Amino acid sequence: MIIEKKLLKQDSVEKLFAKLKADGRRILAPKAQGDEIFFEQVASASEMAKDYIQTTLSPKGAVFPRVEALFRYQMEGKDVKIENNSEPQPTVIFGLRPCDAASFAILNSVFSWDYQDSQFKSRLAQTAAITVSCSRADEYCFCTSVGGSPGDTKGSDILLTRIGSGDYLAEILTEKGKAMVTLAPELFAEAPSEDKEKYLAKVPVKFDLKKLTEKLPEAFNNNELWMEQSLRCLGCGACAFVCPACVCFDIQDESKRESGVRLRCWDSCGFSLFTAHTSGHNPRPVQSQRWRQRVMHKFSYFNDRQKYLGCVGCGRCSRKCPADMNLLEHLKAIAEAR
Amino acid sequence: MSEPNIYQPFLMRIDKITEEAPLVKTFKLVFVNDEEGKKFQFKAGQFGEYSVFGEGECTLCIASPPTRPGYIECTFRQAGRVTGALAGKEEGEIIGFRGPYGNTFPLEQWQGKNLLFIAGGIALPPLRCVIWNALDLRDRFKEITVIYGARSVADLVYKQELEEWAKRGDLKILTTVDPGGETPDWKGEIGFVPAVLEKADPICENTVALVCGPPIMIKLTLPVLAKLGFSPENTFTTLENRMKCGIGKCGHCMVGKYFVCKDGPVFTLAQLNQLPPEY
Repeated sequence: MIIEKKLLKQDSVEKLFAKLKADGRRILAPKAQGDEIFFEQVASASEMAKDYIQTTLSPKGAVFPRVEALFRYQMEGKDVKIENNSEPQPTVIFGLRPCDAASFAILNSVFSWDYQDSQFKSRLAQTAAITVSCSRADEYCFCTSVGGSPGDTKGSDILLTRIGSGDYLAEILTEKGKAMVTLAPELFAEAPSEDKEKYLAKVPVKFDLKKLTEKLPEAFNNNELWMEQSLRCLGCGACAFVCPACVCFDIQDESKRESGVRLRCWDSCGFSLFTAHTSGHNPRPVQSQRWRQRVMHKFSYFNDRQKYLGCVGCGRCSRKCPADMNLLEHLKAIAEAR
Repeated sequence: MSEPNIYQPFLMRIDKITEEAPLVKTFKLVFVNDEEGKKFQFKAGQFGEYSVFGEGECTLCIASPPTRPGYIECTFRQAGRVTGALAGKEEGEIIGFRGPYGNTFPLEQWQGKNLLFIAGGIALPPLRCVIWNALDLRDRFKEITVIYGARSVADLVYKQELEEWAKRGDLKILTTVDPGGETPDWKGEIGFVPAVLEKADPICENTVALVCGPPIMIKLTLPVLAKLGFSPENTFTTLENRMKCGIGKCGHCMVGKYFVCKDGPVFTLAQLNQLPPEY
């Protein structure tokens, strides 16, 4: 639901950053590192990458870091003292895409069904998203096939769309968004009567989601299909690491003499160790079964259990696959199979 | 943080260590914080994440019965990094425990029924919890039968309890070892669990069967149970899979769309028949 529409001048972004920082928030924005673009803390809007379709890693790390401490511990003789984390710093993510913004609800559905993950939830509560809608897309993008769109407002607090003048049409979407506007009301002018649609990228629908989800339960037993689709898969896990919706994790300890930390780290069902028992038994011993798990989890199990798809159609997994496996092609093949 | 940290373990003091078999030990654990211990409740079949600080967590069932509050026990074989570190711990030392997690054996629904326990090797601990639970409430159940086998006499766990159970008049116990695993003074059966089960020929009417053991034992035992007339709905087992969180989030233990940690670990054979072979 849109609370209000405003105009944010191109040169006001820097001023907005200053106001947000003065309010004690850290700002994460896309920053170039060679050919790659990552969300990093920026001091000024001038540090941001200028032209990008999609960042290399999603902004998932802001709410679900690649490696994070679950708690720290200190051994004192035979006693153990446990120290929990302090409250996270308020954070604004700037320049994420609508597909990225949509992924937060998916992550939240896992971290807050049944047992409540307080660490994730407080990070999410402290995070605001100023999303920039997509004026360009590439052949890997398929948000419109999984319920999103280049100007979708889901998950954003403010959605900016660049219009002809180079300024931004700002849709203020949530109370969090409104609170940011309140920090610098002078930067938000009256909105022009322009419609954002004509400035948005065109992303054609590439497969029939309903057909895909209907066919998956039966496709589970089609070993040939999974074998063929996964022939190129190296099991490197890159697809999971760049995915904004992958939520599987590992728990590991790191210690130095008397003190240590219990860590949560991103993991991937593409790794053979993901399911390996200590006995040596592995319920998914071959890569085709691991690829099947990736597809089934995202497009069938997630759907059933969490009422979300585990995918936002950002295309990162296919862009970054070292073996050029294209998720979109594979989903299309399953959806269109007779 | 306003809500508690669900990954923070209880601190548990190792009260007693029992050597069960080569590389197999039982820890009796008591809560360092009395208040936590008093509030702690669980049911037969549930499990936990046991941790050695500096090494990590491992998933083990709670092997003691809920009818004996104030402590929990775990029995483990030294196999990986964490169980290796656990094995190095001494009485009085502190380890971590998160739990109880997972579903339970529906003992309430089994009142007035016969219970048949079939276990192999290191898989007796989850059933031992149920056996003691039933023995502590003995008048609620009819006949209790335990069939337990291991590779060799040395590999049998809970040796003292097996003797204790054999002396009690209120349950029938058959212990067996694989051919060649017997000692000169071995008085029990010699042979594999499925064969001993078939010979014992327990009645299936009004009986619930609980099976837990290595995959090969389960594979060969299920057809015998079917032959004896046990329905898939009355045949129970407890699954294990690699787990990390234990609370339906980390994704490791999935079997199809089910989480062994949340939807299990207790499943009926009827439920298992609907699952893909991912365990």
